[in-house]
Amino acid sequence: MARVFIPAQIRDLTDGQEVVEVNGTTVREVIEGLESIHPGTRERLCRDGQLRPGLMIAVDSSVASSGLRTSINRDSEVHFLPAIGGG
Amino acid sequence: MSTNGKPKYKVIGTRPIRHDGVDKVTGRAKYGADIRLSGLLHGIVLRSPHAHARIVRIDTSRAEALAGVRAVVTAADIPPQGDRMVELGEGAVNMRHLSANVLAHDKVLYKGHAVAAVAADNVHIAEEACKLIDVEYEVLEPVLDVLKAMLPDAPVLNDDVRTDVMGGSPAASDRPTNVARQIIFTKGDVQAGFAAADVVLEREFRTGTVHQGYIEPHNATAMWNANGKVTVWMSTQGIFTARQQTAELMRIPVADVKVVPMEIGGGFGGKISVYLPPVAAALSKKTGRPVKVIMDRSAVFEATGPTPASYIKIKLGVTRDGMITAGDAYLAYEAGAFPGSPIGPGCMCVFSCYDFPNARVEGYDVCVNKPRSNAYRAPGSTNAAFAIETVVDEVCQQLGIDPADFRLKNGAKEGVRRVDGPVYSRIGMLETVEAIKASEHYQSKLAGPNQGRGIASGYWFNIGLKSAVTATVGYDGSVTLIEGSTDIGGSRTSIAMQLAETLGITAEQVTPSVVDTDSVGYTDVTGGSRVTFATGIAAIEAARDIQRQLVIRAAELWEVDPSTVTYVDGGVSGPDGKRMTFEELAHKLPETGGPVIGNGTSGKATQAGAFGTHCVDVEVDPETGKVQVLRYTVAQDVGTAIHPSYVEGQLQGGAVQGIGWALNEEYWYDDKGSMRNATYLDYRIPTCYDVPMIDTILVEVPDPQHPYGVRGVGEVPICPPPAAIANAIAAAAGVRMKQLPMSPPRIMSAIWERDAAK
Repeated sequence: MARVFIPAQIRDLTDGQEVVEVNGTTVREVIEGLESIHPGTRERLCRDGQLRPGLMIAVDSSVASSGLRTSINRDSEVHFLPAIGGG
Repeated sequence: MSTNGKPKYKVIGTRPIRHDGVDKVTGRAKYGADIRLSGLLHGIVLRSPHAHARIVRIDTSRAEALAGVRAVVTAADIPPQGDRMVELGEGAVNMRHLSANVLAHDKVLYKGHAVAAVAADNVHIAEEACKLIDVEYEVLEPVLDVLKAMLPDAPVLNDDVRTDVMGGSPAASDRPTNVARQIIFTKGDVQAGFAAADVVLEREFRTGTVHQGYIEPHNATAMWNANGKVTVWMSTQGIFTARQQTAELMRIPVADVKVVPMEIGGGFGGKISVYLPPVAAALSKKTGRPVKVIMDRSAVFEATGPTPASYIKIKLGVTRDGMITAGDAYLAYEAGAFPGSPIGPGCMCVFSCYDFPNARVEGYDVCVNKPRSNAYRAPGSTNAAFAIETVVDEVCQQLGIDPADFRLKNGAKEGVRRVDGPVYSRIGMLETVEAIKASEHYQSKLAGPNQGRGIASGYWFNIGLKSAVTATVGYDGSVTLIEGSTDIGGSRTSIAMQLAETLGITAEQVTPSVVDTDSVGYTDVTGGSRVTFATGIAAIEAARDIQRQLVIRAAELWEVDPSTVTYVDGGVSGPDGKRMTFEELAHKLPETGGPVIGNGTSGKATQAGAFGTHCVDVEVDPETGKVQVLRYTVAQDVGTAIHPSYVEGQLQGGAVQGIGWALNEEYWYDDKGSMRNATYLDYRIPTCYDVPMIDTILVEVPDPQHPYGVRGVGEVPICPPPAAIANAIAAAAGVRMKQLPMSPPRIMSAIWERDAAK
C-alpha cells in the first residue's frame, strides 16, 4: 500500500497519525482511500476535484507533473507540499 | 575547475562563443525600449502617493481634455475577475489580486501602486496629463513590519484574506487578516531531540526588503488590433505566462494574444508577473493605436515585486561531538500587498542542508503595505540560509569544531529524509563542502588584523516544468533551433550545445532563436533554474527525432532496410561499411523528400536539487564598520556544466547579488510607507570596487534525471553569501550580525555593544 505522509495541520483528522497506508494506483485514488478512512482529509487537500491551489504533490520524492492522475506504486510515498516556483 | 571525471563529450563542456554575443556587444540587440511602430503612443502610469488609502473618487476629465492625450484608463477598464484562481505555470494566482495590482481597485496598498494610466502623443504630454487626474484618497494607517502586521489590532490590507491552514481556517477567525497562510512541518520528536543536545542555541534574525536589481526596467508595447487580436512586445521571463496573464486579465481568449519576446536585461524572478501589458493593451484598445509603456527606475523599485523582508527564529540542538539532534524554526515572510511570499520554499529550505533527526518548522505569509512580493533567485531560501547557517557557525565556534567538518558530519546526502518529507536522491552537498575544505582558499592563512573567514551552504530545489523546441535541418548541414525560453543567461547556447552534442555536430552549426508565442510550443518560464535542464531535454528529444528521420533518409538513399542503419558519432552508418556524415546527408535531403524537422518536448522530468558551499574572507574596519570582501570562492554541485563559462557566470553573479543583499541592499521606508532610496544612487548594489574576482569550483555530480546530468545552477549561489559573510564578520570583529543588510551603521552598533559588555 502507498504511504501517505499527512501534513501536520490536518493530523487532527487522522488521529495524529503522520503516515497512513492507503490502496490506490493514482494519487486521486489514494486521496479517495484516505477520505474513506479519515473523513475530511480530501476537502483539505482538494477543491473542485483538483489539488488545492498552492499545493504540489511529490511521489517517491519527485514532483508529480501529472497532478492527481500521477501513477503510484504499491510502496510509493506520497507527500503534499507547498508549491514552489523559482526566480 | 571540475572536481571529478565525467563522460567524454565533444560539445558539452566546451566554451563556444554565444550565438547572441555579437548583437549584444555591438548594441544591435533589440530590447523593449527599442520598439518603434507606426502611430505609436506613449503611456505613463499614475501611481499612488500613499502606502495605504481608500480610493474615494477618480476624475480623469481634465487629463482627457489635454491636447495630445488619446486615452486614460483606470481599473474600470480592466474586466472584473471574480473570485478565481488561475494556474499560470509556476503556480496558481488569485486573479482578483493580480488585477488589483495592475490597476488599483478600491484601495491602494503601497506607495507606487498603479491607479490610472494615460496614452498620449509623447511621454511629456502623458506625464502632464497624469498630474491632471484628480484622485481623492482616504488615507489609512500603513503597516510595514511583518510582526506588527500579524498583531490582532494591525491595519488590515485585504478584506478577502483569511489564514489558510492547509485548506482550512483556524476556528473563530472568519474576519480579515494579514496572515494569509500558515505552514507547519514536523519530523521526529523535537522535545526529545533537544533533551539529547549538549548545546542548544536560539537566535532571532531579520532580513530587509531587497530588489532583484535588474538593469532593464519593465516595459511593454501593446497593439489591440481591429480584429480583437492583441500583440505585446515586452521584456519577460516567460512569454507564455505573460500571454496567459494578459488574456486572463483582459478576459479574452489566450489564442487572441501574441507575446513577442524582446531581449531581456535581467530578471532574476522579477519579470514573471505582468504589470504593464494589460495597461498598454487597455490603452491600445481605447485608441486603436499601439501604446508603449516603460517604467522609470523609481517605479521599478516601488511598484514591482521585491523579495520579502522576514523575521526568522532558529533553535538548534547539537551534541558535544557535533551531531545535530534537533531544530526548530519560525519564519514570517512579508508578502507585500497581496498574499504570495515564498514562505513555502523558505520553510522547505531552512533545514535542507542537513540531516535533522528531529525538527519542527512553522511559517507565515503576511501582507504588509509594500509592493507585492515576487521571486528572486531561490525565493525564500536566502533568508532561511542566513539564519540557520549563522546559528550553525556559532555552534561550531562554541564547540571548537571546524565548520566544514560539522557539515561533513551532518550534511544532507542521498537517502536523507528532509524535514518536509521527501527523501533526497543523488545530491552533492557533501561534495561541495569537501571541495571548499580542500581548496587553496580554505587552506590559506588570513593576511592581517580585523580579517575573518566564514563558510556557509545553501540549497535550492530546481524545477522541471514544460518546454518545447523545433529544429530544422538545413541542406547545408546547419540546424535552426526554435525555442520559447527567453534567454537571460546564455541559454540559447546551452540549449544549442545539447542539440549539437546529440547530433554529433558543432555548436556553431546550430542557430538558435527565441520566438513568439504563435511560433513555438508552450514553454514555461525562464526561472527556477529550469531552462538548461528542461528545454535542454526538449532539444535532445528534437535531435533524436532528427536522428530517426535521417536514418530513414539514408536507408532510402542506400536502398537498404532502415533497421540496418544507425545514427552514430555525427552521421549515419549502414551495411557494408556505408557511412555519411550529418553534413553529407543534409546535402542529399532534397533527393529524399526535402526538409527534416525535429520536435522535442519535456514535461515529466523533475530535478534533484542542488547545493552550494561558499567561503569568504572579509576585513572589517573597526572605526567605520565597513566590510571589504577580500576573497570569495563558490563551490557548487552543477551536475554537468554544459558551457562552463556560463555556469561560472551564474555562480559569480549569484554570489555578487548575495554580497549586495548581505552588506548594503535594503528598501528604506519612512513611517508613512514611502521608500526613500528608490534610485540606484541610494539603493546600493555592489560595484566592481566592492567585490573581488569570485573563484568558482564546479562540482559535477550528474543529475540522473537528465540525459547529460544537468542540474540547474542559477539560484543556489545567492543562498550562502549573507550567512558566509556574517560568519566571516564574526571571525573578524567578534560580533554576530543578526540583521540584513550588515551595513556599516549596524556593524558599528554591534561593535559598540560588544565593547560596552566587556
